[in-house]
Amino acid sequence: MMLIHCPHCDEKRPEVEFAYAGEAHIVRPNAEQQQAMSDAKWSEFLFIRDNVRGEHCERWWHANGCNMFFNAVRNTVTDKFIKTYKIGQKRPTQAQIQKWKSAK
Amino acid sequence: MKFSARSLFANALSGHKNWPEQFPNKEPKKEYDAIIVGAGGHGLGAAYYLASKYGMTNIAVVEKGWLGGGNTGRNTTIIRSNYLFDESAGIYDHAVDLWDGLSQELNYNVMFSKRGVLMLAHNVHDVQSFTRHVHANRLNGVDNVWLTPEECQKKVPILDISPNRRYPVMGGAFQQRAGVARHDSVAWGYARAASKLGVDIIQNCKVIGIRRGADGAVEGVETEKGFIGAKKIGVSAAGNTSVVMEMAGLRFPLESYPLQALVSEPVKPIVPCVIMSNAVHAYISQSDKGELVIGAGTDQYTSYSQRGALHLVEHNIMAICEIFPVFKRMRMLRNWGGIVDVTPDRSPILGKTPVKGLYVNCGWGTGGFKATPGAGHLLAYTIAKDEPHPINAPFNLDRFVGGRLIDEAAAAAVAH
Repeated sequence: MMLIHCPHCDEKRPEVEFAYAGEAHIVRPNAEQQQAMSDAKWSEFLFIRDNVRGEHCERWWHANGCNMFFNAVRNTVTDKFIKTYKIGQKRPTQAQIQKWKSAK
Repeated sequence: MKFSARSLFANALSGHKNWPEQFPNKEPKKEYDAIIVGAGGHGLGAAYYLASKYGMTNIAVVEKGWLGGGNTGRNTTIIRSNYLFDESAGIYDHAVDLWDGLSQELNYNVMFSKRGVLMLAHNVHDVQSFTRHVHANRLNGVDNVWLTPEECQKKVPILDISPNRRYPVMGGAFQQRAGVARHDSVAWGYARAASKLGVDIIQNCKVIGIRRGADGAVEGVETEKGFIGAKKIGVSAAGNTSVVMEMAGLRFPLESYPLQALVSEPVKPIVPCVIMSNAVHAYISQSDKGELVIGAGTDQYTSYSQRGALHLVEHNIMAICEIFPVFKRMRMLRNWGGIVDVTPDRSPILGKTPVKGLYVNCGWGTGGFKATPGAGHLLAYTIAKDEPHPINAPFNLDRFVGGRLIDEAAAAAVAH
C-alpha cells in the first residue's frame, strides 16, 4: 500500500484514507465564460483529459482523514508520488518537477 | 498447415517435434497499404478481417511488446452482450455472433464455451434494473431470461438462496449465449490466420511517432525499427491510446486505469457459469483448467503500471466469499493488472478521427475482450471503406461534442 503525504496534515498516511479526484488544474469556466463557450470547448472541459504516461498533476481527497483536497504530482508508470501541494498553488513547471525529483 | 485430426495424428507419430511455426516474426517493409498499431486481439482481428473480408493483404501489425501481451492476455475472458441500449446491443451482439464459429473460421480452437452469464440481483433495485435489461435485450434480439432464486440455485448448486443472507439472492438475469473463451488462443488464432493471408506481424517494435504530410493526412509511423509508410493507420492500443494519439496531435476523452484479476489453485468443476454480483462488486468463473477466475472494478487512480493496489484484491475476495463462503479456504495463485482506457460514458470509441487516414478503436474500458471479433471486424470495415459500419457509427468521437452519449450502465466496471 502506498503512503501519501497530506500537505494539510503534513503527515504520510496510508493510501486507503485517500480518494483520487481526477486531473488537477482544470479551471471551471465562470458564468460569463460559460455563456460564450462552444460545444467543443465544453467537451474539452468536461471530457478531454491529458491521461499522461509519466508525471501527472492530479487532485486527491483526504476523505478518511482531514477531509481536505490537495494536488499531487505522481508518476503514472511507477505510481510514485513526487510531491503533494495545496490547492491554489500553480501547476508546477517541468523544471520544478525535475527539481523535486532530484531533491528526493 | 491446417490443424485437423489427421495432422494431429501425423505429428504424434513424430513426437510433436515437427509442428511448423504458426506465425513468423517479420521485419518491417518500407511501406504498407495499412498499419495496425497494437497486436492484441482487436488489432490482430482487424488485420485478419482486412485481409480476409476486404482484400487488403499488404498490411502490418506493429506491437511494442509481444503479441497478446497486453489486455488480451490479462482479462477474465468473459463474453456477453446483455447491454441496455440499442447501440450497445448492436455492437456487443455482433461480436457474440462472430464468436460463434470463430474456431472453425480460424482453424484454431479459441475454446468459446457458451456456459452462460448469471447476474445476481440482491435487492429491489437490482430486480427492477435487471428485469428492465432482460426486456430491453429481448426487444433487441439478445437472449436474456429472468431466473427465480430457485432456478438460480438449480444452475449454481453452491449458491445459498436463504432469505436471511446479508445479500439475499432475489433472482438473476441469465444470458445463455454468453460465456468464456481462451484469451491467448484468440490472439494466436487471429495472428496465424492473418499471417497466412500475408499480413506482417512485427513484434518488439514500439511506435514512437506518427508522420503526417503537408495536408495533415498520415504518411506512416516512426518506430524503433525505423519509419514505416502507410496511408491508413488503425490504432488499437487500449490503455496506451492517449499516448499514441498524442503523436498525431489529438487529445482523447480517455483515462487509463489498472484493472486487476486473480486466479485460484485449480479445483474440480464447481462454478458452472460466469456469476456476477454488482451489489458485492465481484464476478467469478472457472477456467477449464479448474482455476477460479475472479475480478472486480478498476483501481481508483489512473496508472500505466500494469499492477494495482493489494487492498482492492482483498476487497474483491471478500465480496466473493460473501456470496460463496465455500471458497473461504481457497488459495489464490496469481493476480495481475492490465491498463484499461475508460471513456466518460463507458462505451467504446470506434471510427474515424479528425486526422485523415487515422482510425481508432479504443475506450473499451473494462470490457474489451468480449468484443474482440466484433471490434476487429468493425475497425477493418472502417479502415477499408473509409467510413464507419452502421453498427459502429454511433460510437464516434464526435458524440462527446454533440452530446449523444451511450451511457451504458451495464458497462460499469464491476460487470465484466
